[in-house]
Amino acid sequence: MLEIKGLSLAIESKEAAIIAVQDVSLTIAAGRVVGLVGESGCGKTLTAQSILRLGEYQGIERVHGDILWHGESVFDMSDTRLRKMRGGQVAMIFQEPMTALNPVFSIGSQMLEVIRLHLGLSKVKAKEHAIQYLNDVGLDEGEQLLKQYPDALSGGMRQRVLIAMAMSLHPEYIIADEPTTALDVSVQKRIIALLRKLQQEKNLGMLLVTHDFGLVAEMCDDVVVMYAGEMVESGSVLDIFDHPAHPYTQALMGCRPEMVKDGEALTVIEGQVPAPGQWPKGCHFSPRCARASDACQESPIAMDAWQHGEHQARCIHVQEQA
Amino acid sequence: MMLLEAKHISKIFQSGGLLEKGQEKLAVNDVSFQLKAGETLAIVGESGSGKSTVARLVMRLIEASYGEIFWQGQDVTTMSPRQLRQHRHHIQMVFQDPFASLNPRMRIWESVAEGLRVHAAELNNAQRREKVAEMLERCGLSASTMQRYPHQFSGGQRQRIGIARALMVEPKVLVLDEPVSALDVSVQAQILNLLADIQAQMGVAYLFISHDLSVVRHIADRVLVMFQGNVVEEGLAAAVFSNPQHTYTQELLAARPIAHPSERKDVV
Ligand SMILES: Nc1ncnc2c1ncn2[C@@H]1O[C@H](COP(=O)(O)OP(=O)(O)OP(=O)(O)O)[C@@H](O)[C@H]1O
Ligand SMILES: Nc1ncnc2c1ncn2[C@@H]1O[C@H](COP(=O)(O)OP(=O)(O)O)[C@@H](O)[C@H]1O
Ligand code: SF4
Ligand SMILES: [Mg+2]
Ligand SMILES: [Mg+2]
Repeated sequence: MLEIKGLSLAIESKEAAIIAVQDVSLTIAAGRVVGLVGESGCGKTLTAQSILRLGEYQGIERVHGDILWHGESVFDMSDTRLRKMRGGQVAMIFQEPMTALNPVFSIGSQMLEVIRLHLGLSKVKAKEHAIQYLNDVGLDEGEQLLKQYPDALSGGMRQRVLIAMAMSLHPEYIIADEPTTALDVSVQKRIIALLRKLQQEKNLGMLLVTHDFGLVAEMCDDVVVMYAGEMVESGSVLDIFDHPAHPYTQALMGCRPEMVKDGEALTVIEGQVPAPGQWPKGCHFSPRCARASDACQESPIAMDAWQHGEHQARCIHVQEQA
Repeated sequence: MMLLEAKHISKIFQSGGLLEKGQEKLAVNDVSFQLKAGETLAIVGESGSGKSTVARLVMRLIEASYGEIFWQGQDVTTMSPRQLRQHRHHIQMVFQDPFASLNPRMRIWESVAEGLRVHAAELNNAQRREKVAEMLERCGLSASTMQRYPHQFSGGQRQRIGIARALMVEPKVLVLDEPVSALDVSVQAQILNLLADIQAQMGVAYLFISHDLSVVRHIADRVLVMFQGNVVEEGLAAAVFSNPQHTYTQELLAARPIAHPSERKDVV
């Protein structure tokens, strides 16, 4: 069980600490896939990285709340314990595949090292293991590929190497940050099928960070929508697709090209996500919201301002869509 | 009016990439197409199918191994350097990562104005600035931002700058290589609307490369489907999408992301 409880994160600089993620709570049980959705700059990656305490190296501090891994706070973990969690129990697939691979080592030396370390396999067995997982993500020339260095691979190939690397360690949980954004549709389909197959066979828990509703439709059980550092809606995948409640969720879903008829202009959300430190006082979405009233701008809106069973929205003027 | 015509172009790479010494790679094989004024021709296909190579050939960033490219009836491959400079104004390129194509040390107005130096050398500095401001506004950016540097903009804004820059010299064709692939769905929608507006106002033709079929379906008049360097299908977008003929096109369409969780097929 992985639980994020009332988590707030700040970006520390010499002058100030600016809140970038505010009061995020979500639970991922074994075998569940939770989608974290929103435009870029909403705090999705910060939230996801904090699970493995990776923000600490980039000046990101936890200011409130906690993250519990099987009941144990990750912030109280010893270095040894944390390494174990990072190394195999919770695998992370990063958004930027180039930064996650070391350019001076071959794919083989990076992959085999972690496999041997975490699974205790012999060199020969580790190599077989690696090639099998490379094959699973559609990289057929595994043997050849292990000899290559990261910058000889296309973006799509690097991303697949990272997915293979994460999967090969038999994790319990996976945190995947935009895992398929850089891939074309055919590879995407294959990766999604692979992720779903492994996830279901091994009953993995998964946090899937994405702005792609197609991926959410394929993979997720539950969805959390983030806007400007806050959760704005949460519910089951069917709640979100069939009855999106928050105006932001509704607008985001309406931007997809498949939502308009041929020849019509796409629906857009005018303006952009405000940066941390520039959030409005009341509802963070109010400057871009067509439904905003004075009350929306006066004071913060609570996450349970609108509630329907487990389905919640941070909005005081919810109009459900038919 | 026919603007651009590629006749049986092929590209063979000699080495580099994952190629061993002496190995050859037929990246583009016997590709032909025509682009008319004001229309959008999309090239779709999986990674490595040769789309970007076609774009680079059309821009003459690389030379074709075989075949010819005609610009309004004139063979581009035999143009003199002077004619080629002229030609390069008619056809401009927008990249997937606009950051890589903007000089990080130049204020954005300078980057956007660059093309004017040759194209409209008679303008003075103030006139150039005015033209840049106008184009930035047209592309949805406030002219007050033109003193800033590229890193001070979001991905979507940088893409607008890239488009403004390409449009400055009033080209007749824009070659767009995955222009919205790196963007959020919301920013993507803004950029696609911008491209549609610009085409309606200025009559620019687009050669639009993408692997996102719902984007292509939305923006393209005609579609070229590439597979392993070859064109396997070509036609009106509506026809190709509703009635794909080639097996590969059918596979590509079947691989489209689902629109609703109820369309999930169980995998285990
Ligand atoms: N620096 C390099 N050294 C060796 N090979 C390279 C290098 N950069 C790219 N390649 C190879 O060139 C080919 C094209 O690479 P490119 O990055 O353009 O991929 P692409 O076809 O656009 O694919 P994708 O859509 O997956 O990114 C690939 O086969 C890649 O392995
Ligand atoms: N400079 C190069 N050297 C060798 N092979 C290349 C080079 N550029 C591209 N290729 C190969 O040509 C094919 C087409 O590449 P590209 O045009 O980049 O594909 P895409 O359709 O994804 O844009 C690929 O198989 C690629 O490996
Ligand atoms: S609270 Fe008000 S401003 Fe915020 S989303 Fe709801 S209607 Fe819009
Ligand atoms: Mg991110
Ligand atoms: Mg390409």
